[in-house]
Amino acid sequence: MTELVLPTSAAASNEAAEKKPATASRRRNGLAYWQAAPMAFVFLVFLVVPLVLTVVVSFWQYNEYEIIPAFTLQNYADVFEGCLSLSEPCTTVRTYLSTLKFCLLAWLFTLGIGFTVAYFLAFQIRSRTTQMVLFLICTIPFWTSNVIRMISWMPLLGRNGLVNETLQRMGLISKPIEGLLYSDFSVVLACVHLYTVFMIVPIFNSMARIDRSLIEAAYDAGATGWQTLRNVVIPLCKPGIAIGSIFVITLVMGDFVTVGVMGGQQIASVGKVIQVQMSYLQFPMAAANAVVLLGAVMLMILALGRVIDLRKEL
Amino acid sequence: MTDFHKPTRRALLKGAGAAGFALGSGAVTGFPAVISAEPVTLRYLGTAVNQSADIVKKVKEDLGINLEYIPVITDEVTKRVVTQPNSFDILDTEFFSLKKIIPSGNIVGMDAKRIKNADKITSVFTKGEVDGKKIGDQGTAPKKVFYLEGQSSKSFASSPTEWITLIPVTYNADTLGIRPDLIKRPISSWKELLNSEFKGKASILNIPSIGIMDAAMVVESMGDYTYGDKGNMTKAEIDRTIKVLIEAKRAGQFRAFWQDFNESVNLMASGETVIQSMWSPAVTKVRTQGVACVYQPLKEGYRAWATGFGLPKTLTGKKLDATYDFINWFLSGWAGAYLNRQGYYSAVLDTAKTHMEPYEWAYWMEGKAAEKDIRGPDGSVLEKAGTVRDGGSFEARMGSVACWNAVMDENTYMVRKWNEFIAA
Repeated sequence: MTELVLPTSAAASNEAAEKKPATASRRRNGLAYWQAAPMAFVFLVFLVVPLVLTVVVSFWQYNEYEIIPAFTLQNYADVFEGCLSLSEPCTTVRTYLSTLKFCLLAWLFTLGIGFTVAYFLAFQIRSRTTQMVLFLICTIPFWTSNVIRMISWMPLLGRNGLVNETLQRMGLISKPIEGLLYSDFSVVLACVHLYTVFMIVPIFNSMARIDRSLIEAAYDAGATGWQTLRNVVIPLCKPGIAIGSIFVITLVMGDFVTVGVMGGQQIASVGKVIQVQMSYLQFPMAAANAVVLLGAVMLMILALGRVIDLRKEL
Repeated sequence: MTDFHKPTRRALLKGAGAAGFALGSGAVTGFPAVISAEPVTLRYLGTAVNQSADIVKKVKEDLGINLEYIPVITDEVTKRVVTQPNSFDILDTEFFSLKKIIPSGNIVGMDAKRIKNADKITSVFTKGEVDGKKIGDQGTAPKKVFYLEGQSSKSFASSPTEWITLIPVTYNADTLGIRPDLIKRPISSWKELLNSEFKGKASILNIPSIGIMDAAMVVESMGDYTYGDKGNMTKAEIDRTIKVLIEAKRAGQFRAFWQDFNESVNLMASGETVIQSMWSPAVTKVRTQGVACVYQPLKEGYRAWATGFGLPKTLTGKKLDATYDFINWFLSGWAGAYLNRQGYYSAVLDTAKTHMEPYEWAYWMEGKAAEKDIRGPDGSVLEKAGTVRDGGSFEARMGSVACWNAVMDENTYMVRKWNEFIAA
């Protein structure tokens, strides 16, 4: 939380530096590069190099037991096999559409719930202590693992699960609802459950930094609560919303465990396709899929960047 | 808030790290080094199915060798052999993966002369026969890949040679598991898996190479088509099989697919599914939870699998000797009896018999009703007195094998089509 405030003060000191003699500022710049070096090194070794390797391998040939370093476009041709026919979408398009659908639904619900919870915490709770305690309560589910939180839905949603049994006992339904578990519904439910906190935290952070006098001013100027929300709070929360959205979208795009477990392995996801190919030693094929996935996620983030200028907002 | 949160996280991580360290070190130095001055440690790469603390203890007692297990999933075993050939001393893998492993040159033939009981290994492996009767050999039947032409040869020999690829550890015959209490009628054919009577209550396993063979058993039993080799389909055959699966999936036949042991147990025990592809120990586990579950013999036969010990190319000297000692010990009876008691079959049946009680042998191997309660290796009661093993005797089960787990020539194409099925 405090880290996010830092850039402002850093920018301020930079402005101060510019007024000093040029040599000092140059020395400062040199120092800044050194300070950035360790992080740059980590990124180079653990991000840039593996990424380059992935891209390179995606153009290589392979057989059952070895990767052959000879250039081919076959892997990409296989990824997009049948995608030119318009009558029926190919496997890749179908898989991405399904993943995008989950992304959109998970994003909508986490945004709605996340914004509401953050708003309640930031504006309805007066005491700072209560605020912090409630905020911490939001993080409690994170004290257990992802998988456990997912699996705990099963006894609840199953054919003979708690929900179905309760509804049947109350006489509301005569046959159990099959679609509760191993369906699109259960996948979205689990995603919302798992990822809402990633929305709450950045939005709450943005809201906590809104100057209260602005809201009072809005009221004084005669704005209704709704108008204040739309014209003051939401615009000032944009960075929080953007960061939260990036978290949720990237998490859902790459997630194959939730889709696998809650979808009963019946729903395709890009991550799962890659995992299957890896386990059959089809590394170049998996790499090609990973590159396509990376491209898709980057496009989405770029699109988001079009809507909100994150650099400026921070 | 960050101040409060951080210590918790850190403490957790520390705890997790310490636990991991304790586990790791336990496997390496958990035993007093008293027997020989310098005990040999063998790194044993394989799936968790064949690994147990009891075997480690007994090996240490009898041979003074430290076994260090590297438990990974089936596909990961193959990946390790191909990509990290120096990371293990004994390989325990499935026979079907030999088609990928042998061409990599990372494992070599086992010298049959140094294996005492080599000639007693069951004819299932050496000749593809049970009791003199030929059994199904579609797919990667062990007899097709049992011998190499030379020690470091990359091609399989068609007749017996001195060089054995894998010394069998366990093998078994797989079929469908059913919930007799929910189905309430006899099931006798693979085609029931896609019977619309069980719409939304069936499952198939989501491991492409095995799942497609179960599907092939179903397609063949429906009488639509007879495969040349279910374990080595042509592209057209793959298309045909996947098409049947996709139609069934779109019609809502499947409740879910499963990928690991526990998923299959949960699906069956909770009643989400009533018929599904299954593994024998999973059926046992459902039953120990008090839920009725039968490993149903079917008239079209079983899909069989087998695992065995292989020798990495890099092994020399003391470690090589220790590995042969270990394998000879493994075939000498105690381990075989241990595995037989879990419902698997072992390589040398004669020696295993001497380590089992007559009533145990009668139940597990001869298909007779249990005289007393049948206990697992840990002493827990698996079956009450009077029960008969599903599928009957060794001869009845292994004699009805229709095909073996396999790697197809069109494996890449098959995986792609399987992904299409999952996405459909």
